[in-house]
Amino acid sequence: MSTILLRHMAKHQHGTIATVNVAGELGRRIREMGLIPGTEITICGRAPLNDPIALRLQDSTITLRNNEADHILVQVEP
Amino acid sequence: MQLKMALAGNPNAGKTTLFNQLTGARQHVGNYPGITVDHKEGRLSHGGETIIVTDLPGTYSMTAYSAEELVARDYLVNNRPQVVINIVDASNLERNLYLTCQLLELGVPLVVALNMVDVAESRGIEINSAALSRHLQVPVIPIVARSGLGTKALLDAAVAVASENRPWTPLSISYGDDLDAALAEMLAIIDEQRFLTDTYPPRYTAIKYLESDQQLVERGEKTDAEAARRLQQLVDKSTDHTRRTLDVYPEAIIADQRYGYIKSLLRQGVISRKYDADRLYTSDRIDKVLTNRLVGPLIMLAILFALYQFTFSWSEVPVSWLENGFSWLGDKVKEILPDGILRSLVISGVIDGVGGVLGFVPLIMFMFFGIAVLEDSGYLARVAFMMDRVFRIFGLHGSSVMPFIVSGGIAGGCAVPGVMATRTLRSPKERMATLLTVPFMNCGAKLPVLALLIGAFFSEDRAQYMFFFTMLAWLVAMLAAKLLRSTVLRGAPTPFVMELPPYRLPTVRGLLIHTWERTYQYIKKAGTVILGISILLWAMMTFPHLPDAEQAEFAAKRQAILAEAGTDIVALLEGQGDDLPVEAAAVKERLAAIENDQAEAALRHSLAGTIGTAMEPVSRLAGFDWRTDIALLGGFAAKEVIVSTLGTAYSIGEVDVEESQSLSERLKADDNWNRVVAVAAMIFIMFYSPCFVTLVCIAKEASWKWAAFSMGFNTVFAFVLAVAVYQLGTFFNLG
Repeated sequence: MSTILLRHMAKHQHGTIATVNVAGELGRRIREMGLIPGTEITICGRAPLNDPIALRLQDSTITLRNNEADHILVQVEP
Repeated sequence: MQLKMALAGNPNAGKTTLFNQLTGARQHVGNYPGITVDHKEGRLSHGGETIIVTDLPGTYSMTAYSAEELVARDYLVNNRPQVVINIVDASNLERNLYLTCQLLELGVPLVVALNMVDVAESRGIEINSAALSRHLQVPVIPIVARSGLGTKALLDAAVAVASENRPWTPLSISYGDDLDAALAEMLAIIDEQRFLTDTYPPRYTAIKYLESDQQLVERGEKTDAEAARRLQQLVDKSTDHTRRTLDVYPEAIIADQRYGYIKSLLRQGVISRKYDADRLYTSDRIDKVLTNRLVGPLIMLAILFALYQFTFSWSEVPVSWLENGFSWLGDKVKEILPDGILRSLVISGVIDGVGGVLGFVPLIMFMFFGIAVLEDSGYLARVAFMMDRVFRIFGLHGSSVMPFIVSGGIAGGCAVPGVMATRTLRSPKERMATLLTVPFMNCGAKLPVLALLIGAFFSEDRAQYMFFFTMLAWLVAMLAAKLLRSTVLRGAPTPFVMELPPYRLPTVRGLLIHTWERTYQYIKKAGTVILGISILLWAMMTFPHLPDAEQAEFAAKRQAILAEAGTDIVALLEGQGDDLPVEAAAVKERLAAIENDQAEAALRHSLAGTIGTAMEPVSRLAGFDWRTDIALLGGFAAKEVIVSTLGTAYSIGEVDVEESQSLSERLKADDNWNRVVAVAAMIFIMFYSPCFVTLVCIAKEASWKWAAFSMGFNTVFAFVLAVAVYQLGTFFNLG
């Protein structure tokens, strides 16, 4: 198991969110979408210009910009 | 007795569908004062009770970050509805219950409507609503809002809860030892000082302080500065502690614990899944194509182009009905009323004004119908996803693309529906920047003016020039947006994080209600103002009249020509025959020339003419003479008016917007005009003040202050560009 930034995950890669380290409005928006430590995610893909990124949670699909994803660390299989 | 009921829930949970299902056409849409969040209210009767339903804006939580969330929370604490129906999406239960949790912490009398149980079932998700109800200790009613299944049971439960009339009973969730200890200390202060207790439950206030909720903190400071200071001290202490020991903010712990609470109750026999989590649903399969990195953008262009075609081509038919109707009305009035001020006022002021208001109605209806389809189906979120990278460079948002396209991103749109389309943006600064720059696009009314000038001075490469000016509009609009976002609208981008909701087939009823709401709002709110300004502009171009002496001079000239021509020809002219002999035709032409000269003199003498003439010394910097100035003033009414006003100012009479050949020839021959002046004029016309209909819409969507800003900023901006073009062009002798 290793921990990487959400931004660096590949398409179709699975992982479990380890930390979300941001406060304020962005932190609130990320958390209220269900992106909290322990959530399992899969990368669905990226927009045509590589940004934003789309990810699948158990019951929904969420999209966020790369620089927003930089606050999220994900635990992935090596 | 009347019951007050509120609907709360996540965006895309089916809240509006349920609202439409419950109230049908008996609903009323307005705005909350000062902001553009819709206030929707409807009424229904159930079991002898009359229920007033308020549809709160869709939100994911109850913080103070967005206007929607503030509105929802303020409504609940200030209006104290007897019952709140919280609609949750059964196929996405965990995330939806996050809001439910906060409603329970607030303590409102709650009924949970478990929506889309059919969708959940098709995804292999089974929910034991009885168990969920037992854990949450509120009624949980499974429904399908689209078909109305379960709504009767839902209303029964809601009425039952409302008639209990029990006091608010806030739920208390444990936030872990550290925060619980801090909360206890804060509660002691809150209880002792009765701090904000008439509005919020004590524990709720404490939690919001830990979450550093701006609105509540500010309110607390105003109410009791001393208690607020003591609370803030406790918050700082515990923030410091959690930062040091766990490297997290208290608000993160609160969110985690809320989700923990939800997860643990879902695990207790509430939810069971048949399939594994990675199963692809229809929606994911559609996305594989529609957001594909290669095909996706092409399909998007095709869809946006189709929306554009639908809005502007299909609405042509009703628009032409309206135009014909109003010109018929104008002709009737001409027959009934004698020539004079009253006739001119009724025809040019009132009928043209009302026609101007209603002329946009088909456009607005078609556009909102098209947008509602894209929005309700879930595609609009994908457009934002694909376009965001490009628009973000200029401080805008992926969703900005639609208003730009509608306003004339594909030449020939209209900024009125474009400005109204910015409602789909939920990020306030990005929305405002979009709203203020969409009028830069080449709308359908600017096209005849551009066509006239290109035709006169660059007739050899029309197509290239038209394309160039379309691209220029995009470039300037984007740069202007960037400029605004780094000055008056500066600030960090609003977080983009959003849901890509599952694709759904829109309901016809929802689409029609949505379209009607918007159209009605336009007619009601913008209509009266537009009519008033239309009459004002008419008056500016009409008054003051030519002095009697000058009028008499023109009359004398006419008499002289007629006297010279002799009675035979006069008789021929009065006979109105079409085949006039050569001499008679010549006389008629001379008379028309006098008529045109008189119209020119009258226009110059009017208030608009006086202003235009007074502006000449300044406008000369960009190469415009007083005639152009007057035409540009007229363009404030509607850009295509520039063509007809130029016609009058150059005394060649009424110019048909579609056939401006004679005017084009006249401009080419005029000493004041050359290629450089033409380019300067086109640039000024593209970018100066939006027409007043657009301005009224900006005022209604933002504020009159922003409308005034738009008028001033755009005009100065356009003038600077035009002066630069004219001065450089003249310097290099390109004319």
